[in-house]
Amino acid sequence: MAQQAIQKPKAPVSSKIRFTVIFLILLALYVIAYRGTDFALGDLISGLPRIGTMLSQLWPPDFNYFVDILTPMLQTLQIAILGTTFGALFAIPFILLASRNVFQSRWVTGIARMVLNFVRTIPDMLLAGLFVAVVGIGPLAGMLAMVVFSFGIITKLAYESVEAIDPGPLEAMTAVGANKWQFISFAVVPQALPSFVAYILYTFEICVRASAILGLVGAGGIGMHLQIALDTFQYQHVASIILFTLVVVILIDTLSTYVREKLL
Amino acid sequence: MSQTKPTVAPQKTFAQRIKGYVLLILLVLLYIWCFSGMTIDWQKTIDSLPVGKKIISGVLSPEWTFITEDEGVIDKMIETLEIALLGTTIAAVLAIPFGFLAAVNMSPKNRWIATIGKRILNVIRTLPELIVAIIFIVAVGPSPFAGVLAIGFHSIGMIGKLYSEAIENMEGGTMEALTACGANRLQTLWFAVLPQVLPEFMSYALYKFEINVRAASVLGMVGAGGIGTPLLFALMGHSWARVGAILIGVIVVVIVIDFLSGTIRKRLV
Repeated sequence: MAQQAIQKPKAPVSSKIRFTVIFLILLALYVIAYRGTDFALGDLISGLPRIGTMLSQLWPPDFNYFVDILTPMLQTLQIAILGTTFGALFAIPFILLASRNVFQSRWVTGIARMVLNFVRTIPDMLLAGLFVAVVGIGPLAGMLAMVVFSFGIITKLAYESVEAIDPGPLEAMTAVGANKWQFISFAVVPQALPSFVAYILYTFEICVRASAILGLVGAGGIGMHLQIALDTFQYQHVASIILFTLVVVILIDTLSTYVREKLL
Repeated sequence: MSQTKPTVAPQKTFAQRIKGYVLLILLVLLYIWCFSGMTIDWQKTIDSLPVGKKIISGVLSPEWTFITEDEGVIDKMIETLEIALLGTTIAAVLAIPFGFLAAVNMSPKNRWIATIGKRILNVIRTLPELIVAIIFIVAVGPSPFAGVLAIGFHSIGMIGKLYSEAIENMEGGTMEALTACGANRLQTLWFAVLPQVLPEFMSYALYKFEINVRAASVLGMVGAGGIGTPLLFALMGHSWARVGAILIGVIVVVIVIDFLSGTIRKRLV
């Protein structure tokens, strides 16, 4: 049985042909993409000094402007906090509906997952644009966009972790005749809660980045000032906003990562 | 021993309870502060309900002709895919050195090297794509090329991190075997590390490609090419039927790409 000599596997002709075909298709795709996107490395090399000029305008820093953009920056954080909170609250029932170990019916989980997949395909900026049209320019539109956006991320992350919980307590609850409500609150929630909170924090990090740019379509926060600075070609202000965003995002990420590590 | 002790909930100490209350109060204050920043104009919100109705009816009856039109949905979605493809490829290649730099097991004696690598990747990931796109537009002007560069730069962060994790989770035996029989560093990399991690690398790059298709579909909002530009114009001009057509285009393409890439990834790893 085990006497077969170890042979170097030969690549059969069919797989060679397959790889050649894949290679040619990829090559064709790259050529098409290269031509379609006006790819020009020369432009990049000749244009890089302009980025340098923009960044060099950061020095000396204009502290008055940093004070000006502090309020919109805080508004960005407010948008992200509220958006993530409500997104997480709305996410809870959908997470349970999409988890195969909570609801055995493939119909329930299948439909819930389809809805969630659909929600996640809508780009955040499109959501922001739609809500700006409905509730007008301002942070409320950004918050609503973030609710939908964070809902999509949290549900996806969380139902996968709910499905990975220890099945023992679930079986025990079923064995003692618990109803669905007891089953969820005593067997699912205690196990899934720490990772759920960690995912909320993780989503919050993503939301801070997203809500920093939502203002480009008028949904409040620092992005609106970025738009103004861009439209009026005040590159010093553009650079200041970018730097400020970077600092805030790194701060939030560090803080949130620290809390997440303590949680899990 | 046979006596079962009644289970008692562990008593919280006074300090723990205080800590809980303080946290709760802080959270409540945080939310009050957040709501104070939201200027909710109820009258305006009620007035805008008809707008919502218009949006829904517009999205439900999309402008089909805009899909096949010149510079329409199909044209711009192809451009979006091109941006995502080139950007992801650039990042997938450039991320390789970063991935090795950030993997702890590649420099076990000098852990600080990996720490620096991870820091760099974090900073790259931090800047949102749209802001990176704005920076590159300053350099190369508003064009799809700026979008390619933005995706290419931004994706290094995430792909590099995933690469470094793949390298760290790699089976160490083959590497040791090669070192034991006198292979130099380059040979170990080439014959022990790369063959093991390459399928995972490709799988991660594909995964990032899925994400980048979504990202590239909004890059046009700052002028970096793709479907985002007509989307912005349609939103600004309140032509909801056109928004509906674009939304359908984005959703269909994203779902198809996710499905294709998911199938390939399952076969890779």
